[in-house]
Amino acid sequence: MRTLFKFHGGVHPPTNKAQSTRTPIAIAPLPGKLVIPFHQHVGNIAKPLVKAGDRVLKGQLIGMPGDGLSSAIHASTSGTIAAIGMEVVAHASGLPDLCATLIPDGKEEWIPRLGMDYRTAKGSDVRLALRLAGVVGLGGAVFPSDMKLRAGKHKIKSLVLNGAECEPYITCDDLLMRERAMEIVRGAEIMRFALDAEEVLIGIEDNKPEAIEAMRLAAAASDDKMEVVAVPTLYPGGGAKQLIRVLTGIEVAAGVRSTEKGVQCFNVATALSIYRAIQFGEPLISRIVTVTGNVSNAQNFEALIGTPVDELVALAGLLPDTNHYIMGGPMMGVPLPEAHVSVVKATNCIIAASDELFPVPPPAMPCIRCTRCAEACPAELQPQDLYWFARGKEFGKAQEYSLFDCIECGACSYVCPSHIPLVQYFRFAKSEIWARESDKKAADEARERHEYRQYRIEREKQEKADKLAAKEKAALDAAQAVKPVQPPVMAVNPDADPADSMQLKIQQAIDHAKQQAAAVQPKNTGNLTLQQQAEIAEIEISRARLRERAKSEVEPPNGHDKN
Amino acid sequence: MLGALLVMAAIAIALGAVLGFAAIKFRVEGNPLVDKIDSILPQTQCGQCGYPGCKPYATAIAAGEADINKCPPGGEEGIQKLADLLGVEFKPFGGETVPKPKSVAFIDENTCIGCTLCIQACPVDAIAGAAKQMHTIIAAECTGCELCVAPCPVDCISMVAIEEKITNWKWKYPVYALTPSAINTVR
Repeated sequence: MRTLFKFHGGVHPPTNKAQSTRTPIAIAPLPGKLVIPFHQHVGNIAKPLVKAGDRVLKGQLIGMPGDGLSSAIHASTSGTIAAIGMEVVAHASGLPDLCATLIPDGKEEWIPRLGMDYRTAKGSDVRLALRLAGVVGLGGAVFPSDMKLRAGKHKIKSLVLNGAECEPYITCDDLLMRERAMEIVRGAEIMRFALDAEEVLIGIEDNKPEAIEAMRLAAAASDDKMEVVAVPTLYPGGGAKQLIRVLTGIEVAAGVRSTEKGVQCFNVATALSIYRAIQFGEPLISRIVTVTGNVSNAQNFEALIGTPVDELVALAGLLPDTNHYIMGGPMMGVPLPEAHVSVVKATNCIIAASDELFPVPPPAMPCIRCTRCAEACPAELQPQDLYWFARGKEFGKAQEYSLFDCIECGACSYVCPSHIPLVQYFRFAKSEIWARESDKKAADEARERHEYRQYRIEREKQEKADKLAAKEKAALDAAQAVKPVQPPVMAVNPDADPADSMQLKIQQAIDHAKQQAAAVQPKNTGNLTLQQQAEIAEIEISRARLRERAKSEVEPPNGHDKN
Repeated sequence: MLGALLVMAAIAIALGAVLGFAAIKFRVEGNPLVDKIDSILPQTQCGQCGYPGCKPYATAIAAGEADINKCPPGGEEGIQKLADLLGVEFKPFGGETVPKPKSVAFIDENTCIGCTLCIQACPVDAIAGAAKQMHTIIAAECTGCELCVAPCPVDCISMVAIEEKITNWKWKYPVYALTPSAINTVR
């Protein structure tokens, strides 16, 4: 028997699971239309590959994974794309997102499917196949699974399969383990192979004896070292960090990935979709959804991604006093903005809520600092302090108190005697901090761009000035070249450094002055022909002679003729 | 007596030399306070503060020449941060200066004549285009400073508030309606 560990805190909310486990998983019939969002995973939105009017086959890729962290989106059945546009999606914001509306033709015509042998295929090919099959974590986080199967630089010792399903009302993993244990185990084998893990630990809360039994049988049939461990029922024992703690005793500290400690954790439903994707080439186009709450026949359905929630709850016998729907469980779930939003990969449960089932919480009273929230917190935080900081919008302080370790499990809100909606405060603070961080990043980029622009303007100014100076100089040189005087003599002192621009400049200035002086000479003294020069010489001689004669009348007039 | 004086003098000279050396060696370039202030400012470079950009405003604040409440894009939170940094009292926006919702410029491409005046006005090079070619705003780079709006000779630039999408949606501050039934439960 394996020694189990305990995580801090935890609560025991009423499980309410029995209602939806009475009947096996039912296949939901084809709905009238499917609305398939292109962003159902963590990371970047998938790029639409189809347009309105296209006919698509079941399993056809209609959304190409975006860059980096992203996943693919597929047509859940064969039919015609009626529209690509903005539709309200299953998101707490109630805002629209890009979706494909698919009108099924009822033929359920598949694309050609091709499985692969993961044992012989390259690891990168297996991961690419999973990425293109749109396999994401089905426990609720919808993190692309191919990214988690990267071996990385840390040796993975244990692969943890999360079948704890601690959240009240939800039974989709329970039923899946009961009915499709062998496929889950096959999926676990693929993951263990890809990660080269030593052992597989399947953690299931002990309130699911049938699932434990089924999984034990299936695990025994596997060649891999696989152990099904019944863990005590304690909310939130299905949190990845909490389950890892219970099974292995390893504490995954803040900001540390579990892989660094040699553990990787997957949901059981994810294991099954990995198996379907690799073995049969089937993309993730359906999932098990628990429909429970204010319905007459709470049940699990295998629903196509994109099935409208109202059509699904109608199958379970919706009771008339339902006033809203919750996606997920009562602890962590989010209210759906509208009843006609569609089932997405993250939709593990739909709870029809009525005032009787979920009465409006009494107004929040002041915090009395009883610290029951701190006792219940599985992340060992101080929710009462975090509440104070979030309320006062002291986000820096909240971060100092490890706000981002909060898994939003709702245990603190559950125990709070003042009914303070603590998780709402923490979600508010987290999204404010994220918004501020992205603003900060944008501001830094704007600063950089502005500084570069100023540098560029300065540089351009300089370049312009240099160009102008060069142009002026060239014009001057050209003007000098056509002048009649001798070219400027660069009588630079040969001993001086040629790079000595000062010397050069002085010399140039002197030359320039000389040239200017030369330029003002009478125009008729330059550019003379030889004949003109001879004439001038003759005239000069005769002038000299006349001057001589005027000096002395004594000498004979021809005395200077030889000269 | 003289020996002691000499020793003390020698120590003083030695320490003085160390301090002098340190002052040169570890000299901080520029005013670090300006950078700290500048990092709080939103970098819209809009000039609404009366200075030609965020850095000049930061310099003026650091020099004690400017008030801390001259930056509408920074919002009251920006003023609060500046007040905390500088150890002064929070000062609300005066009179007309009111922070507007964040927006980006939008060029009506049917009207744009390609004059490049907006490109010259944009402080962060967020407008793509060339002479006699249509211009367009690179929305991701636009700080919403509105400096391009005025120079446009054909008034084809308008400011569009950034709409809320799933990617930038934020959880709201918890508020709960007080219904009569809820109050009765408490009683």
